[in-house]
Amino acid sequence: MTTPLLRMTGISKAFNGVPALARAELAVDRGEVHAIVGQNGAGKSTLIKILTGVYQRDEGEIAFDGAPSTIASPREAQERGVSTIYQELNLVPLRSVTENVVLGYEPRTRWGTIDWRGAHRRTGEILSRFGVDIDVKAPLATYPTAIQQLVAIARAVSLNAKLVIMDEPTSSLDEREVEVLFGVIRELKNSGTSILYVSHFLDELFEICDRVTIMRDGRTVGVANIAETTKLDLIAAMLGRSAAEIQTAGMTELAATGDRSGELLLEAEGVATNRRLRNLSLKVRRGEIVGLAGLLGSGRTEAARAIFGCDKPTAGRVAMKGTAIDCPRTAISRGIGYLTEDRKAEGIVPELSVRENMTLALLPQLSRMGLVDKAREREIVERFIRSLGIKAAHMDQKVSELSGGNQQKVLLGRWLAIQPALLILDEPTRGVDVGAKLEIQAIIRRYVDEGCGVILISSEFQELIEGADEIVVLQEGESVRTVSNPGVTEDMLVHAIAQPKAKEVDA
Amino acid sequence: MLGDAFDLRTYTRQLGRSSTITVWIALLCLILFGLLRYDNFGSTYNIGSFLNYNSMFILISVGMCFVIMTGGIDLSVGSVAAFASVVAALLSPHGLWVALPGGILAGMAFGAVNAFIILVMRVPPFMATLATMLAAKGCALVLSGKQTVSVSWESNFTTLGMSSAFGILPWTILVTAIVVVAAWIVLEKTSLGRTVLAVGGSPDAAHLMGLKTGRAIAFVYLFSGACAGLAGVFLASGYGAGQPLEGVGWELAAIASVVVGGTLLTGGLGSIPATVAGALLFGLVFNILNFENGRGTISLSAYWQSVIRGGLLLLVILLQARVQSLGVRSKTS
Ligand SMILES: Nc1ncnc2c1ncn2[C@@H]1O[C@H](COP(=O)(O)OP(=O)(O)OP(=O)(O)O)[C@@H](O)[C@H]1O
Ligand SMILES: [Mg+2]
Repeated sequence: MTTPLLRMTGISKAFNGVPALARAELAVDRGEVHAIVGQNGAGKSTLIKILTGVYQRDEGEIAFDGAPSTIASPREAQERGVSTIYQELNLVPLRSVTENVVLGYEPRTRWGTIDWRGAHRRTGEILSRFGVDIDVKAPLATYPTAIQQLVAIARAVSLNAKLVIMDEPTSSLDEREVEVLFGVIRELKNSGTSILYVSHFLDELFEICDRVTIMRDGRTVGVANIAETTKLDLIAAMLGRSAAEIQTAGMTELAATGDRSGELLLEAEGVATNRRLRNLSLKVRRGEIVGLAGLLGSGRTEAARAIFGCDKPTAGRVAMKGTAIDCPRTAISRGIGYLTEDRKAEGIVPELSVRENMTLALLPQLSRMGLVDKAREREIVERFIRSLGIKAAHMDQKVSELSGGNQQKVLLGRWLAIQPALLILDEPTRGVDVGAKLEIQAIIRRYVDEGCGVILISSEFQELIEGADEIVVLQEGESVRTVSNPGVTEDMLVHAIAQPKAKEVDA
Repeated sequence: MLGDAFDLRTYTRQLGRSSTITVWIALLCLILFGLLRYDNFGSTYNIGSFLNYNSMFILISVGMCFVIMTGGIDLSVGSVAAFASVVAALLSPHGLWVALPGGILAGMAFGAVNAFIILVMRVPPFMATLATMLAAKGCALVLSGKQTVSVSWESNFTTLGMSSAFGILPWTILVTAIVVVAAWIVLEKTSLGRTVLAVGGSPDAAHLMGLKTGRAIAFVYLFSGACAGLAGVFLASGYGAGQPLEGVGWELAAIASVVVGGTLLTGGLGSIPATVAGALLFGLVFNILNFENGRGTISLSAYWQSVIRGGLLLLVILLQARVQSLGVRSKTS
C-alpha cells in the first residue's frame, strides 16, 4: 500500500478552552475524492483550517506528500500544493472577477508587469468551462452568490494543486452547475489530483466521492468506502443514533397539506423590475408555503426582492393584505420578513454576538423608551438557541466564531423572533446539516400552521416538493406555471422547470 | 437602511465607474474659470510656480492614497516631511546626491516604524501614525534646535528646488511626475499593487487567498514615508531652509485630496490619477483666491481660504455621492 497524500492524526484544537477538535483523524489518498460529513459544528471546517495554516493545532501530526507538514499560513499551503475553497466564500467583492481568480498568480508580461489581457482571457476560459459567460472585468460584487461561488472554485482549480479542498462548494449552486462542478472534479481526479469535499448534500457524495470520513463533536467516528455504505448509515453515524430510529422519522419535515382555504395575505400581479424580473404573479394565503422553483438566473431571488420592496416595480403591483409594498420599511411594518440568500453580505453582523444578531430586527419591540428589556431579550434568545439547536459556547459569543450552519440558524432565528405574518426564506437550510434541516423544516411548518405564510426558495427539489403547498415555476424572470401539492413528484417539477413556456400544468 | 444594504451590487457597479468623474469635471471647471477671468493665469510662470509648490502635496497625497487603499491612514506625513526637510538641510553641504537620499531615507525610517507598530505590535494605523506624527515633530525640533536650518548655497542642493531641467521644466515637477507614473504602474500593473487593493477590500479574504498581505501593508507605509521624505527635500531645497515647524495639517490636505479623488476611505478602491487631480484641485482654489486678492476685488486671509477649501471638499463629496446614487435611486425609491 502506498502512503496517503495527506494524513492527519490526533488533531486537537480548542478555542478559549472550548474544544472544537478532539484527536480527529483524516487520511486522503492520491487521486481520490474524499468526503467529510458531520453535523454543524462537528469540526469539519476547523480541521481544514488547521491543515491550511489558518489555525494552529494544539496537538497532533500532519504528514503531507510524504513529509511532516510545516504549513503555517494559507500562502504556504498554496505553495505546497493545497488550494482551498473556504466555506465563507473568501473573495474580495470590490475587485474584478479576474483579480479574484488570478491574484497572487497573475500572468506576467516580459516587463514583469501583470498581463491583464492574458489574465482576463484565462479567467474567461476557466469560467466558460463552468458554463459561465460574464464580464470578468466587472467587480465581483455585481454578481449573484452562485457566480461568486463558481469564481472561488475557478480560482482553486486553476492553481494546479495536489489537493483541492472544497468546503461546501455547492451550497449556492443549482443542479446544472453542480453537474458541471462534478465534471471538473472528475477531470482533476483523472489527472491525479486529490479532492477533499465537505457537503451536507449526502446524495452528492454518492455520486462523486470514493471514501468518506464521518465526524461528530470534534472526533472522527468513522471512515467508509462510499460504495459500501448507505445514506442512512451516514446519517446515523453523524447523529450518533441508530439507523432504525432515523428511518421512522422520515426524510423531510415540511409535510405539505395542500390546504388552500386561508385568508389571502400577499398578492403579486404582473410585477416587473429593472433586475431581470419580467412578469411575476403569485398569491400567498395564511397557513400556506409557496415555493419558488427555477434554474439559476430564473429570477427567484429577484422575485423575493421585489416582494420585499427592495426593487421598485416598473410594472404590476405587490400588495400585502391590500396595502401596496414599495420599500422594505413598509414591507416590515406590514409584517413581512426576508431571510436573504447571501448571509455574509446582507445578514450576519460578524462583530456582534449571537444574542445581538438574533434580536437585531426585534429591538424596537424589546425597547421601552430607548432601553432594551434585557431579561426578555435573553429569554427569547435562549428559546431560539434551544429550539433551533444552535451550537454556541454561550449567547454572547461572537457570531463569526460559530460554524457556518449555526450562523445560518442564528439568522433564521432573527426573523422567526419578530413573528412576521409572511416570511420570505431564500435557501433557509443551506449549509445546515441533515439533523438541523429537519428541525428547521419542522419549525417552518409549525410556524405556518399557526396561521402565517411562507415563500420558500430552495434549490433542493426535495424540500420544495415535500414542503410547499404550491410551487410557482419561474423562467427568465417570469412566473410561467404553478404546480400544486399533494401529488407533485420530482419528475413533474423538473419537467415544469425545463419545459418551454406554456399555461398551467395540472398537478 | 435595509434598502441600502440590499443594493451592494448596484452600488459597487456605480462606484467603480463614476466616482472619479466628479473630480476631473471640477478641476476642468476651475481651470476654465481661471483662464477666462485672469490674464496671467495661463502664463508659464504661473503654471510653473503653481506646480512647483503643489508637487509636495501631490507627492504626499499619492503616498496617502496607497495607505488609504489598504484601509489604513498615515497621519505622520506632515511632521515627517518637516523632519526630512531638516535632515536634508543639515546634509546639504555634502551636495544634492547625499541630501536627497538622506531626506528620503529619513522619511522611510518613519514609514518603517509605522509599519512595525501596525504589523508587529498590532496597533491600529490611526493610533500608530498619530504617535509617529508627534515623534517626528519632536525629532525635527531637536535636530534643528527649534530653528529653521539654512541650507548650503555652495553645494548643488538648491538646484532641485530652484532650477529647471533643460531650462523650462522645474526639476521638482519632473521628479514628481516620475513618482506619480511609477506609483500608477505599481498600482495598476503589479501584483503588489493589486494586493494593496485586495487587502483593503477584504483583509481576511486576502489572507486566505494566500496573498502577501504583510508585505503590502509594509510597502504602503514605507512608500508614504518616502513620499513625505521627498516632499521634505523639495521644501528645503525650494525655500532654502529646513523647516521643523512646517507640515502642520498636510496630512489632512492629503486625505482630502485622496477622498475627493474617489478613493474609498475603507479601502479596496482607488485611483492615482484622480488623487493627483484632487491635489491639484485644492491647490487651484488657493491659486485662484490669490489672483482674486491680487485684483483687489476681495481680500481674504489664509484662514478664510481654509474655510473655502473645507466647503469645496464638502461640495465635491456631496456631488460624488449624488452621482453614485443616481442609478441606485432611480431603481429603488
Ligand atoms: N474562530 C473560532 N473561535 C471560537 N470558536 C470557533 C471558531 N471557529 C470555530 N469554532 C467552534 O468550533 C466548532 C467547530 O466549528 P466548525 O466550523 O469546524 O464546524 P463545521 O463542522 O464546519 O460546521 P458547519 O457544517 O456548520 O460548517 C464550533 O462549535 C464552532 O463554534
Ligand atoms: Mg463548516
